[in-house]
Amino acid sequence: MFATAIIVFRETLEAALIASIVLAATRGLTGRRRWIGGGIAAGVAGALVIAALTELIAGALQGIGQELFNASILIAAVAMLAWHHLWMAVHGRALASRLRRLSDSVRQGGATIAALSIAVSLAVLREGAETVLFIQGIATSEPLRNVLAGLALGAAGGAALGALLYLGLVHVPVKHFFKLTGWMIVALAAGLAAQAARFLEQANVLPPIVPELWDTSSILSEASLPGQLLHVLVGYTSTPSGLQFACYAATALGLIVASRWRSAAAAGRPPQAHAI
Amino acid sequence: MRTFLALCCFAVAGVAFADDPTFEIAIRDHRFVPQEITVPAGQKIKLIVKNEDATAEEFESKRLNREKVIPGRSQATIYIGPLKPGEYPFVGEFNESTATGKIVVK
Repeated sequence: MFATAIIVFRETLEAALIASIVLAATRGLTGRRRWIGGGIAAGVAGALVIAALTELIAGALQGIGQELFNASILIAAVAMLAWHHLWMAVHGRALASRLRRLSDSVRQGGATIAALSIAVSLAVLREGAETVLFIQGIATSEPLRNVLAGLALGAAGGAALGALLYLGLVHVPVKHFFKLTGWMIVALAAGLAAQAARFLEQANVLPPIVPELWDTSSILSEASLPGQLLHVLVGYTSTPSGLQFACYAATALGLIVASRWRSAAAAGRPPQAHAI
Repeated sequence: MRTFLALCCFAVAGVAFADDPTFEIAIRDHRFVPQEITVPAGQKIKLIVKNEDATAEEFESKRLNREKVIPGRSQATIYIGPLKPGEYPFVGEFNESTATGKIVVK
């Protein structure tokens, strides 16, 4: 049961942390709980479908279907996070000043909240499909009660860590809040881009450039809990390839520069009629 | 993103059809057979993992920076390297107590 719980925990962790960062980043937007909750539910439903189709996907495109599928999902999630980050570059300041006075939902999020909901559902879908396959396998050799208990325990563990992160984040003073969640979104997006790069390397679609830039596995193992947390939060990889590093840096720098530029352009313009 | 896409096109044209040395590992009763393979250094390797079990397995190696779910009774291709000489352990994440192995690069 505990072995099952540990694997489920590992698979749940990424989705749970992404959901809590997104929930924090959408603070002050109306309907965010419904949107994010809906994203998680859609992700779970999608995971069941994808798990059922695994063989079909894995066998597609001369055996690299799974890698291309995963890379596409990751790149789509990066695009959604980027969309939100650039939206915040224009609306973040008004949102923060409003949040200082009111605690509850103050503004229609519109497209950006939908984008983040999609990002969450993609994370749940990807990790969830692996969990479903694992559970299917283990259920053939272990009593169902133990399997279900392990599943519940592992998922609860992942959700608990996500909740802890969220509670920690909402205690950050409003003045710094969106700056912090903004950095977290950038790090998250860059890490997901590096993961996408790895899948494309694994499928031999892209060259690694340098197979192993460095090896920090003796300092911080990726299999350890801190290693796993950092892997999700900032994209920590103990043996990154040159391609992964390049994709990470390009995504992070691209987002930082584009958001500065959008923010400066917005400050120079008179406030729009619908702005807060 | 634009650089990334440009890189994609360049790479698809360049490397996808290279003829790389191929090695095979099977998964049988949640164990890798053989548990150890030796591959040449400095070359890209095409690794074929045949899952003979009825259940899915996830091939995973933190050191090689690879992970791939292999459905039951099917096979997967994973490209690795070019690698430096050394030992690169891997596991079957769904059955980590039995499914372990390593790639020795010489």
